[in-house]
Amino acid sequence: MVWVNAIVQGMLLGGLYALFAAGLSLMFGVMRFVNLAHGDFIVTAAYLMLALVGMLNVHWAFAILLVPAVLGAAGYFNQRILLNRVLGGDLLPPVLVTFGLSIIIQNALLEVFSADSQRLNAGWLDTASFQLGGGIAIGALPLMMFLAAVAVIGGLQFIFYKTALGRMLRATSDDPAMVPLMGGNNGHVFAIATLLASVVVGIAGIFLAVKTNFDPAAGPARLLFAFEAVIIGGLGSLWGTLIGGVILGVAQTLGAQIDAGYQILAGHLVFLAILVARPRGLLPKM
Amino acid sequence: MTTLLETRDLKAFYGDFQALFGIDVTVADGETVALIGANGAGKSTFLRAITGMLPAAGQQISFGGQTVAGWAADRIHKAGIAMVPEGRRLFPSLTVEENLLIGASGGRKGPWDLAAVYALFPDLVAKKTNPGTALSGGQQQMVAIGRALMSNPRLLLCDEISLGLAPKVIKDIYRAVPQIREGGTAILVVEQDVGQALAVADRVYCFMEGRVTLTGTPAELTRAQIAQAYFGAKTEEAA
Repeated sequence: MVWVNAIVQGMLLGGLYALFAAGLSLMFGVMRFVNLAHGDFIVTAAYLMLALVGMLNVHWAFAILLVPAVLGAAGYFNQRILLNRVLGGDLLPPVLVTFGLSIIIQNALLEVFSADSQRLNAGWLDTASFQLGGGIAIGALPLMMFLAAVAVIGGLQFIFYKTALGRMLRATSDDPAMVPLMGGNNGHVFAIATLLASVVVGIAGIFLAVKTNFDPAAGPARLLFAFEAVIIGGLGSLWGTLIGGVILGVAQTLGAQIDAGYQILAGHLVFLAILVARPRGLLPKM
Repeated sequence: MTTLLETRDLKAFYGDFQALFGIDVTVADGETVALIGANGAGKSTFLRAITGMLPAAGQQISFGGQTVAGWAADRIHKAGIAMVPEGRRLFPSLTVEENLLIGASGGRKGPWDLAAVYALFPDLVAKKTNPGTALSGGQQQMVAIGRALMSNPRLLLCDEISLGLAPKVIKDIYRAVPQIREGGTAILVVEQDVGQALAVADRVYCFMEGRVTLTGTPAELTRAQIAQAYFGAKTEEAA
């Protein structure tokens, strides 16, 4: 039963990894662009949540809306003002610029919030759970994380395949040079993609803030989990990203079941195994 | 007829390489004009310069009474110039219908909508949920033309629309031209098939090595004149 429990908890944890990964997957899908500061943006969102609720006593409900909105707006302008300048040519400049952003963000967070590990107290939500019998309990917060991941990916899937905006995003992914001849503006479409990804980053940051301890250097590890989830699922596939997150989460909790020290290692080993067996991931789109 | 498009002394460069040497071309409202010429004569470059794909700042390109040189491609598109690009360039992850709909992104109103495009190319109706690139070459070309028409352009640019297609398919495609003209759209076709070009066009420009070497109506031009303007040297027939 402990194994079943580990699998259930792993699936729920996978929801958080899918939230980490969805924005990365979306940006890569539209722009063929990997944002190395992705994890640091998630941590920034977590700190923003902490500052609003834990320090400034802003109401929860308001902060939950404000954090994704702020991240989304920042993402749009970051893309238009900075990232669009390095896209389109060589692969190296975007990597260098986002690597630099990652360093800047980590140091700025260190300056403002110190190196202390932080966590946002979610009150009763931290311990609320449902008993499923047989020793399996589902925590309210992990369940919310998982449902949020399904909702986010379902929402992105809807935007991509059922709306005019999604049509433009997919067309841009296919052939950006043709999009201006359709009346679209690449710079704007790219920035809208980053806006969407950043809203998801904001949601992921809120959950990170209440789920685990985090510090200014926590970003790169989140980026790594996000990367693994995206690659397990298949580049550019949103549902694949959810599946990738779940596989990573289950691998980690099963590893932890064997020995607490194996949690992260087990995730990496499964990632490597899938990379060897199916280098393009489980549901490759490209 | 009022002038819709006019270029004066248009020059274009790829880096240091000069591709166009002072092109003067006019297209009137509702007119069909053909650009003919050999490979590398600068016809496609000329279309790219008009659409804003190739920077033409400081040049003289007027469209509908506005100077559009230096405008971004999406702004020129919204002003009413649509392009059927060489090689069709459909979006592979979009269905036929989505490829058509994306053409309407500029938001211009006019006679062309999905129903009108399907009426023009009935073959596409049964394929509308297929990926655009899963179609035959001729049908892909129909989608590319339909996609451009969906923007309700005042000027439709067609780059080598018969390239790589069977003669019967080319005929089917060119059968659409009169109906496109009826909607009031001016057409500028780039065509290597001179016979086809002369058959549909009101006027013809012949390009050679980045210059206009001949212009006139199909009725006034002789085969000898065209051969000379096209190839440069006098052919036996011309001599």
